[in-house]
Order: sequence, then C-alpha cells, then structure tokens
Amino acid sequence: MANAVGVIFSNVHDENIPELSRHRTMASIPYGGRYRLIDFTLSNFVNSGITTVGIVTKFNYQSLMDHLGSGKDWDLARKDGGIILLPPYSDETDAPYTNRLEALKGITGFLNHRNEEYVVISDCDGIARVDIADIMRYHEEKGADITMVYHEEDLPTDSNYFMTLTPDEEGRIKGIKINPRSKSKQKSKVYVNIMVLNREFLINIIQDAVTRGLTSFGKDILTKNVDTLKIYGYPFGGYYAGIESLQTYYAHSMELLDKKVRDELFGARDIYTKVRDSAPSKYSDDAIVKNSLISDGCVIEGTVENCILFRGVKIGKGSVVKNSIIMQDSVVGSGVQLDSVITDKNVVIRDRRHLAGCAELPYFIAKGRMV
Amino acid sequence: MQRKKECVAMLLAGGQGSRLYALTNNIAKPAVAFGGKYRIIDFPLSNCINSGIDTVGVLTQYEPLELNEYIGNGQPWDLDRSFGGVHILSPYQAKKKSSWFEGTANAIYQNLAFMQKYNPEYVLILSGDHIYKMDYSAMLKAHKATGADCTIAAIEVPLKEASRFGILNTNEDGSIYQFEEKPKQPKSNLASMGIYIFTASKLFKYLIDDEANPNSSKDFGKDVLPAMLNAGEKMFSYRFSGYWKDVGTISSLWESNMDLLGDEPAFDVGDSDWKIHSRNPLAPPEYLGEKAVVNNSLISLGCEIDGTVKHSVLSSNVVVEEGAEVIDSVLMAGCVVKKGAKVVYSIVDENTVIEEGAVVGEEKEKNAGIAVLGRNITIGAGAKVAGGQILDKDYKGE
Repeated sequence: MANAVGVIFSNVHDENIPELSRHRTMASIPYGGRYRLIDFTLSNFVNSGITTVGIVTKFNYQSLMDHLGSGKDWDLARKDGGIILLPPYSDETDAPYTNRLEALKGITGFLNHRNEEYVVISDCDGIARVDIADIMRYHEEKGADITMVYHEEDLPTDSNYFMTLTPDEEGRIKGIKINPRSKSKQKSKVYVNIMVLNREFLINIIQDAVTRGLTSFGKDILTKNVDTLKIYGYPFGGYYAGIESLQTYYAHSMELLDKKVRDELFGARDIYTKVRDSAPSKYSDDAIVKNSLISDGCVIEGTVENCILFRGVKIGKGSVVKNSIIMQDSVVGSGVQLDSVITDKNVVIRDRRHLAGCAELPYFIAKGRMV
Repeated sequence: MQRKKECVAMLLAGGQGSRLYALTNNIAKPAVAFGGKYRIIDFPLSNCINSGIDTVGVLTQYEPLELNEYIGNGQPWDLDRSFGGVHILSPYQAKKKSSWFEGTANAIYQNLAFMQKYNPEYVLILSGDHIYKMDYSAMLKAHKATGADCTIAAIEVPLKEASRFGILNTNEDGSIYQFEEKPKQPKSNLASMGIYIFTASKLFKYLIDDEANPNSSKDFGKDVLPAMLNAGEKMFSYRFSGYWKDVGTISSLWESNMDLLGDEPAFDVGDSDWKIHSRNPLAPPEYLGEKAVVNNSLISLGCEIDGTVKHSVLSSNVVVEEGAEVIDSVLMAGCVVKKGAKVVYSIVDENTVIEEGAVVGEEKEKNAGIAVLGRNITIGAGAKVAGGQILDKDYKGE
C-alpha cells in the first residue's frame, strides 16, 4: 500500500469542453466506449496502491456520484479510506470556492485527518497510464517539496489554462510559465496536472496562503516560489491525451482505434469502471463493422466504420455510421447516415436522417436530444 | 426479536457434470461459461435477486475452487448482505460424523442449521444446471395461494422426451397425484424442472425422516417427494412456459448458446427488465479491425477481431486474427485463433490457442458432432481436429 492519499479535482477544466460538461463534471465525461475520464485517474491511483482518494467537487456532480457509487468497482469501498466525496465547504461565505487554493482550504479537514505522508493531486483532463508509485519514488529520491509531472508536446492552442515547466539537468524546476503563447509550433514541457506533495507541507502552504490572502495556487505559490521551494519535474514519456476541447476529445478518442495506444492504456493493468451488467454486444446478419471499438450491450444491424460505440447503442438496418462517437444508450434508426458526429448519451436519431461534421469540427448532439 | 427471512434459496451446485467432458475437468458444472460473459450459475443467482430472494446457500462439492472464487462475497449479484446474502456451503466435518453430500436431499439435510438460522417460512430448492429466467416470487405466491406443502415448477416437454425427466401427473387444479422419476411409459408431458418450494417446517421434517431411512437414496426426486405424496401432503405443480434448458451435455450447451442469436432470439440475455448479473470482465470495448467480418454473433469485451466470425458466441478477450474463421462455435474467454486457422462447430474452453492454419471441427452438416477443446491447451500449426473429437491436452497433429 502506498503511503499517499489521492486528491482528484473533478470540476477543474470543465470550461475546456462545455458541450460535454454542461450536465456533468469533467471527471464524469464519457470516454473510450465504457469509461469516464475519472476512471483513468482512479485506476492509476488504485494500481499504484493508493486506496484513499478524496474527490473535490463543485457543480453538477450528480452524474459523478452516480458513477462512483460506493467505490466498489474500483475496489475503493473501504472501512479506512476508499472514495471520499468532498463537496464545497466553507465556514466563511455561502459561495463555493472560486479557485484551487480555496478548494484546497476547504479540504484541509480531510487532509488533517489522514496520516499518510504524501498527497497526490490530479485533475481529470488527461488520459494516460501513469505509474504514480514511480513518481513518488522520484519525489522521495529528490527530497522534493513538490513534484510536478510533465510531458513534451507542442504548446497547447485550445487550452485556456496550462503551465509549462523549465527543469534544470537535475530535474529541478527553474521556471514555470502560465499560458505562454507562441506563433510557431514549439515543443514544450507541459504540466499534466498531476503533482505529489508532502501532506504536512501542503497543509502549511495552504494555511500560509490563506492568511496572506493569496488566491492562485499556480500564480501565487508555484511561479513565485520557484527559487525557494524544491519543485521537481517528473518527465512522463508514455501516451498522454489531454482533453482541451471537443476537437481534441474527438481526435484523442479516435487514437484508441490504434492498437499501440490501446495496448498501452489497457494492456498491462486494469482500468476500472462502473459495472452495468450489459449483455455482450450483438451483431446481426447485416452488420458490417470495421476499425471500431464496440462496448457491451450494443445491437448492430447496420454499417459502422472508424467509430467508438458506448454501452447499449443500437444501430438500425441500412444505417451507415462513420468516424463517429456514439454515447451510451443512443439509438440510431434505420437508413441513417452519420459522419464525424458525436452524440451524447440517450440521443435518438430518427430514420433516414443524414448528419455530418468533419474531423476539425465534429457535429455534436446534446444529451437526450431527438433528431 | 429474532430476525428472519421469509424465503431462503438452496442452490445445488455440487454436480460434476461428467457429460460435459473436458469442460468440467477442473470446474463444477455451474461454473461453466455461457453466453459470452456469463456462467451457468449466474442465471439462478440473478433469478433469486430479481425475485427478491436475498439469502442463497450454494452447495458445492465437486471442484469448488473456481466456483467459490467466482461467487466471492456475492457483490456482482447484490448478494453481499450483512444478514442473508450468498453463502458457499461445502461438506464439513462434524463432531459425530463427517461425510460428503450423498444425494440432493442429504446435501440440504446437512445444511439444516444454515436454513434454520434464518427461521424461514419457505425454502426454495434450485439446481445450477439450467439456463432460464424465472420469477420465483410468482411461484411463491402460487405456493401460498394453494396452501401447498410443496410446489414443483413444471414445464411441458415433447412426449417422446418425457422419459428423461421426473414427470408430474396432476389433477385439473394443478395438484399432483403421482410423481414418476424417468418413467418408461410417461402418462403426461409435464416435467419437473428441479425447482421446489417447500413450506420450511414440512421440508425439515421430511429431510430428517429421510435421513433416518436406511433404504433411501437421499434424493429429492426419488425419495423425499414420493414420501411426501404418500403421506398425503399437499403438492402442487407450478406451470412455467418460458425458455428453460438443461445445459448438461455438450450438444445442449452448444444449442443453448446458439439460442441467444438471431433477430428474435429464443432466449434474450439483453432484456433490461430481467438483468442477468455476472462478475464482469475488466476489459476495454471489443475492437473489430479493417478486415473483420462479424455476422449473427455475440461478442464480448476485450475481443480483438480481424478475421471472420459467423453464428458464434465469443467470451471476453478472444483474439481472432486476420484470415481466421470462427463458424457455429462457442469460444470461451481468452482463446486465440491465429492467422488462417479455422474453428467450426466447436466449443473451445478458456485460454486455448489454435495456431496458424489449424482446423478444429467439421461443418455441422457432416454430422460428425461438436469438437471440444479443454482449457489452456494449444492446437499446433496446421493440425486438424476432427468433428466430435474431445481434447484436453496439447495437440500437434498426426
């Protein structure tokens, strides 16, 4: 068992993808046919032996609570620890927190009551197989106050809040920039919103920041104290899919059709998710399915190419669905043609409708809509 | 106040299932995989929880390891309860004597204490050999309405097959006047499904009497039910008309899997009003590649299909490589069918590998029978396994 408690921010980055976070948290955005974004983060924790995970929520967390239940599907229904939902808490005002520092202040009670040495803080905007145990080893070896995980990529253009790190040869961070822009494509070390801190150190800096009236964890604590705090960067070299917008959501989802990506994400360890007890998917005599991921409970009577179908999707006779992501329990009638479409859950596409978007701008249909 | 359960279910899961040959070499019959993601025992367990029965004793004896592990704490069926829930009941050593379960009645008798702990009004006896969806609460209601001491679920079978079953001869009101175990000249085609509801006090009395009878074979069908009838107890049939299939043989197991296929399947596991719960595999969605051809089949999570699959049922994490063909077959979890290999009219147990170019089984029309491969074996490249052949060891070909 790891000597760390996990903290997941479920709402941060909601604004990246308003289409899908309108009725839910970033954490509960469906991904990869049968998962929610938080499943990847939680599975990374569980697979690294972290069995106490506080989940910081703010708005629209019904779907998240429904997904998590008691936590048993992640083996996190525990007497000691397990999943602990941390809704907004404030003893001073009625408004929920407005920044990460306030949110952290709201969970100091939770942090105080634990006795693990470390805290691993993660957001839910990235899909990756991250070995948290290895990051903790690195953190200990370096004797760091804070270890921030980064990966190399072109500067994000869609994201409205990100940080780049400048480590020295030892890995010590010498500079942190918030939202740097560049006209040309430029490889940068982009922070992937996973950090390790010593628990008591974290509690101290939160209290200190609150007494000094600071508001931004990034601006006021990280960037300003780069010289005084021992902040280290941990390079993550594996597959990383950051969700910055509906376009990147679509593009990264489609990468799952690549066996190499699937093998890395799902191959060696388990990704846990809520169990729904759907039947195996059923393919009719007329079904034609190519290069697609199909989840349990689907019934396919038409043609499906380059698609991701979530659980319980029905594709009617004579329909042709290409390059699309069809979420849970959506029903595509017969004679329908879809190309580059994302439907949210429970969408109904009536017979003979033709809808098309393109890779740069997939056509999005909101939850529960009938077209 | 003593807590109690109105009805406790006792599920007989000790059978060896010897007619399933290689499929039950190391596991009990109820643990045999079925329908892609299920095991046979999922059906009675799901029926219990869907019928509001949350206390189930599972009596195991033959090769219980895998079954015990599968049932675990019962959580997949919502049967993890602080009072009640699912319990594995194995033969045990007692102060005066210890013995294996001898016969179905003796198995239940040895677990009297388990049932009595819940102080039930009724006891439901089930077997772990059948694929069906049944609302036991409707049967219990009928049991109460008739005021019966024992109610036996019954289904009409073709008269020519009736001599394979326990046959109920009934009056117009459904009351039973005669019970014939596998009669040579059946008087009716109403077969016992091996599902009984007893008024608990009567059951306990007759089990104790039966145990004391040195001439008894300690079997419900042969001993306990006839004894109750002879003593004039009220026994009623409860007619069931849905899908019900004994999957105790290779051919019936194959047929029952195939009954899940088609636009209007004989048996629908996708029915959301009567969900079949199971221990779900942890696997990503199945992937069908550019060359995949999949028709009239059930495919489970984690499969990777680049070849052809027709009229087949595939469990989780099965791999069918490019150019490979799987036709009229049942493939259990983790099987690999390599390039150019062919599997026809076969049942292949877990994690078995069929190497490149090998051919397993023969077309159904050739009447050679179903080929069966046991678990964890390898069929060598280019090897040929004849129709109807049963293998439980690696095979390299002639």
